[in-house]
Amino acid sequence: MTKPPIAADVVIVGGGLMGASAAFFLRRRGKSVVLLERGLVGQQASGVNFGNVRRQGRYLPQLPLAHRSRDIWGRLPQLIGEDAEFIPTGHVRVVYTEAHLAAVAKYAADAKGWGLDLEILGGDAVRKRFPFFGPEVVGGSYAPVDGHANPRLAAPAFGRAAKRSGAQVIENCEVIDIQKEGTDFRVTAKDGTVAKAPAALLCSGAWGGAMSAAFGEPVPIQPNGPTMAVTEPVPYGIIPVVGVSSPIAHEVVYFRQIKRGNIVFGGGRRNPAYLDERRAQVTPQFTLAQLHELRRVAPALSKLHVLRTWSGVEGYVADDIPIMGPSAKVSGLYYAFGFCGHGFQLGPGVGDVMAELIATGSTTTPIDPFHIRRFAAAPARTGAALA
Amino acid sequence: MNSPRFVRLAETGRAEIKLRIDGLEVRALEGDTLMVAMLGNVGHLRHSEFGGEVRSGFCLMGACQDCWVYDEQGDRIRACSTVARDGMQLRTTPQEVTWPNLA
Amino acid sequence: MAEPRVIVVGAGPAGVRAAEALVRSGVTPIVIDEGRRDGGQIYRRQPEGFTRPYAKLYGTEAPKAQSLHQAFEQLRARIDYRPDTLAWHVRPRELHVVSGTRTEVLPFDALIVCSGATDRLMPVPGWELAGCYSMGAAQIALKSQACSIGRRVVFMGTGPLLYLVASQYVKAGAQVQAVLDTSPAGLRVKALARLAARPGVLWHGLKLVAGLRSAGVPVLTGITPLAIAGTPEGGVTGIRVRDAGGRERAFDCDAVGLGYHLRAETQLADLARCEFRFDAESRQWLPAIDEDGRSSVRGVYLAGDGARILGADGAEAAGKLAALAALTDLARFPSDEEMVELRKTLQVMDRFRRGLIQAFPWPHEMAAQLPDHAVVCRCESISAGDLRRTVRELGACEMNRAKALCRVGMGRCQGRYCGHSAAEVVAHAAQLPIEQVGRLRGQGPVKPLAMAALQPVQEATP
Repeated sequence: MTKPPIAADVVIVGGGLMGASAAFFLRRRGKSVVLLERGLVGQQASGVNFGNVRRQGRYLPQLPLAHRSRDIWGRLPQLIGEDAEFIPTGHVRVVYTEAHLAAVAKYAADAKGWGLDLEILGGDAVRKRFPFFGPEVVGGSYAPVDGHANPRLAAPAFGRAAKRSGAQVIENCEVIDIQKEGTDFRVTAKDGTVAKAPAALLCSGAWGGAMSAAFGEPVPIQPNGPTMAVTEPVPYGIIPVVGVSSPIAHEVVYFRQIKRGNIVFGGGRRNPAYLDERRAQVTPQFTLAQLHELRRVAPALSKLHVLRTWSGVEGYVADDIPIMGPSAKVSGLYYAFGFCGHGFQLGPGVGDVMAELIATGSTTTPIDPFHIRRFAAAPARTGAALA
Repeated sequence: MNSPRFVRLAETGRAEIKLRIDGLEVRALEGDTLMVAMLGNVGHLRHSEFGGEVRSGFCLMGACQDCWVYDEQGDRIRACSTVARDGMQLRTTPQEVTWPNLA
Repeated sequence: MAEPRVIVVGAGPAGVRAAEALVRSGVTPIVIDEGRRDGGQIYRRQPEGFTRPYAKLYGTEAPKAQSLHQAFEQLRARIDYRPDTLAWHVRPRELHVVSGTRTEVLPFDALIVCSGATDRLMPVPGWELAGCYSMGAAQIALKSQACSIGRRVVFMGTGPLLYLVASQYVKAGAQVQAVLDTSPAGLRVKALARLAARPGVLWHGLKLVAGLRSAGVPVLTGITPLAIAGTPEGGVTGIRVRDAGGRERAFDCDAVGLGYHLRAETQLADLARCEFRFDAESRQWLPAIDEDGRSSVRGVYLAGDGARILGADGAEAAGKLAALAALTDLARFPSDEEMVELRKTLQVMDRFRRGLIQAFPWPHEMAAQLPDHAVVCRCESISAGDLRRTVRELGACEMNRAKALCRVGMGRCQGRYCGHSAAEVVAHAAQLPIEQVGRLRGQGPVKPLAMAALQPVQEATP
């Protein structure tokens, strides 16, 4: 069954936070947009992640993008009419050893040059400021205006805002083929929907690797499932987002209390995830291991109960750096995928930057470290059916 | 306003135990669940976090999770599935926001 | 062949008879029981020190209760019984359990899930007030603690339990103000052909109704619930309904027992990734099983009310049959004749089950009539209006999407008491057939897991 192709300035494949925010910001720049999403907007990594709106701890060259995004988080109500429950509660990263406190202090010193101001606190000071920390905590780094938001709400909110501003957002529409024909990209979906545009932005998350490979730009990307959980609601007494920083991977747990009182937590070991299943299962032992670590960092958490666990499919690029920017081989083609479990905070900024890049040809925010050319090997291709 | 909710119909020939509810000493019987021990003396177990109304349990079989009460140590106890013991100290009001603090 | 590792979850009628069949065949099962004592819910045991005889506790079912409890006592020494233990998660071939703060991972060759049921609830404005209990709760208060849920009790809902619990309350000396059934009496007549599959049960049911009437308890059928009255600080003070003739009726009360028959506890089956199918007659999603109780997952068997509501007698037969099926699949060949007999028994039970659904249907139309302010999700205080807004303004037309956007089912009860009615509200608002809005996806833990729970102790040998 063939339908008449939908023509637009930009076709976006993938309706997670990256795609939905890009659609919104492209509309603000007067570009016509059609977005095709296989399921519902924000259902995959965008909807299952921890919800951290955090700049500290990032790979330093990512900070300019993170700053731009943080600014947008603070203006969400004016921009899209809702706040996705973003609150700038502050974010504190704590450590268990003096050696690691030194490492975190070094990061703070370096980050200052990148525009991020952090406060280093020793053991007594961090416990005085935040009396819930356990005795093993020897210090931490505090970011006063970082915070958290609700990942289940953010991407759908951008999707609705994009729609209201005139973007065509088509859900339950699985893309099966992307081809460049002449100056246009022709994107075909399983249900016969066809979109045509001179610019294509691929935001398909963990599934992005198959799409970039179709254009001769394969990347080493693996799916992984975060281990997430939430407790019952308790009085709102833990304000900042808390994370443990440690060279020992299983110690790296994090939690945040929402205003309603529930505490969301994650970290530690990740679960296997399968691209064809589009869903990942939590390994119960990983949750139990998290509980052990959470009791170390904040002993009072041992009084609570886990109500629900979940996982999802996140895309991890081998060098832990996302794929973002123009294609190295095909003009008019752009990518924003593979955010390695740390994309939520960046989402609004990614959408804004990609819109600027696509609409004007360049962006004021440095994103070159994320360029797909760093994996260049294979010859150029004009696209293919997706395996 | 806060009169006992449950009515004992039989099995009253059991040994007495004492508990405290919101600081007040009350009596119950050995073999009572915590829910019965409390609702034999007061009309509710807790407050709904989001609706504001008082709650007094719902399913009595450990499925609804509506009967969790705090004890004075900050532990949460599911009242319908816990046997009441002499000396228990319960509260029907939420903890203070300083609940996570160690000091 | 090595000793097969078989786990039975649940020590009610289905679980006990399953364990019994396994032991008879020389297998030593682990029996996981969330309760402190065996018996499940319908044959729930009173605590030690209580003196009421079986006849008083279980009425006409006393001989069955006694037989079940005795059977368990005989089994006790030949099974690995784990009371006060919750099966909180399941992954392929391994069951995750917790008792207090001690967790364990139990590998299995066969898992027989006999998780039972809870009451099925349809909201009515005011059902969140203190003093409103499920029908089963009212029965447990009496059976297990010799208490009435209040001084003046109204029972409302539908199903055989409505009449049974009300009668038990009257016999025990409690004050019952009214028995209010949403199902018109005429439906029972229509269902007679199926209900006659179990004439003894049918007769007993009719006697219960007669008994209530002769005790002077108003019994109204075909009613429409309007509201439970009361205050946020004091709880229930009364109830208002519209009778079959269209007149508004009010009853003073300080407690309401509310319930619309039962819903299967299917969380473990869901986490085990068993396939579910929508049962149109009862309007709920149920795990798919073959006639012997095999689920779609190899090695996982489902029996009793946790698979479909057949009642206690059906559960005993289904538990036994599922165990025999498991033994067959483990190449320990039990009696074919026994299995044939059990299948026949279950067919009779199933006919009766469908009669009950016909006589006492789930009043799904009530969901569309709920005023916007009516609470649907008790745990999170999500109203019918919140759900409708989520459909109409945020585009949610599937249950998990509705949950993500408005928090329905995110509370402590994990959707047990709001899942069905919320689906009806969403389906009506989205103008979709009920099965198209799907069901809340199972997420572990099966019940809240203490953050104090410790990691399982690693065994020295695998």
